[in-house]
Amino acid sequence: MSADTLKVTTPSDNEILIERDFDAPRQLVFDAHTKPELMKLWLFGPDGWRLDVCEVDLRVGGKYRMVFAKGEVSMGMGGEYREIDAPARLVTTELFDQDWTGGETLCTATFDERDGKTRLRNRIVYSSKQARDGALQSGMTDGMEASYARLEKMLVAKAA
Amino acid sequence: MSPTQLDHTFAALADPTRRAILARLATGEATVNELAEPFAMSQPAISKHIKVLERAGLVSRSRDAQRRPVRIEASPLAEANLWLERYRELWERNYQRLDALLEAMQAMPKTPPRD
Repeated sequence: MSADTLKVTTPSDNEILIERDFDAPRQLVFDAHTKPELMKLWLFGPDGWRLDVCEVDLRVGGKYRMVFAKGEVSMGMGGEYREIDAPARLVTTELFDQDWTGGETLCTATFDERDGKTRLRNRIVYSSKQARDGALQSGMTDGMEASYARLEKMLVAKAA
Repeated sequence: MSPTQLDHTFAALADPTRRAILARLATGEATVNELAEPFAMSQPAISKHIKVLERAGLVSRSRDAQRRPVRIEASPLAEANLWLERYRELWERNYQRLDALLEAMQAMPKTPPRD
């Protein structure tokens, strides 16, 4: 995988695997995923969204909470830290307030460093196929207009 | 696309043999015999895979009695890709910002950790 290329795959019926390389040591990448003041700077979804609430209690059994917002629309989610092996591995549960994915997911993020660069692999396991597909379909609503228009163009071009 | 159809599509794509069959069909239609050739697999085994792909609407079989060639159907694949692509785009936006943040963090002079 070339540097900075994001790979999103579905290794099985109820999983999504995200893989991405970063040009930084893994301690920094891990910190960016676990320190609220850093998370607010990047982890907020499509353009126009913001991370209004970001609370982290970084210990096993500790909870985290995030609320994404765009204009009047907000989307809350949260979960618990199951395993913390800084800066190599983080296992969390994740549940959206609206629970449109049929229950919580289990997210396992690993941070592997080589030559000062970090490979992030984040495996998200859903409770079922339906939950996984539902997440792919319904989580991406407001704020995706620009992306959707671009994708339509891409599909029209593919079909031609 | 209903969730059920998407289920079938992802289940169909989750197998490497079926993905290889789709890759072959993307270059043109083929009979079951022709599709079975590259694999160390019996024809019934290949037919099973084709049935899964048919149920997902990813391939169709012509009614030509003699040859019954298998043909790829693009549409459900495009829709499955659409959802995954949206999800990917969302995360790509986040990670581009993270790239910028990481660059800024490394450009800063080292300071002692604060509480």
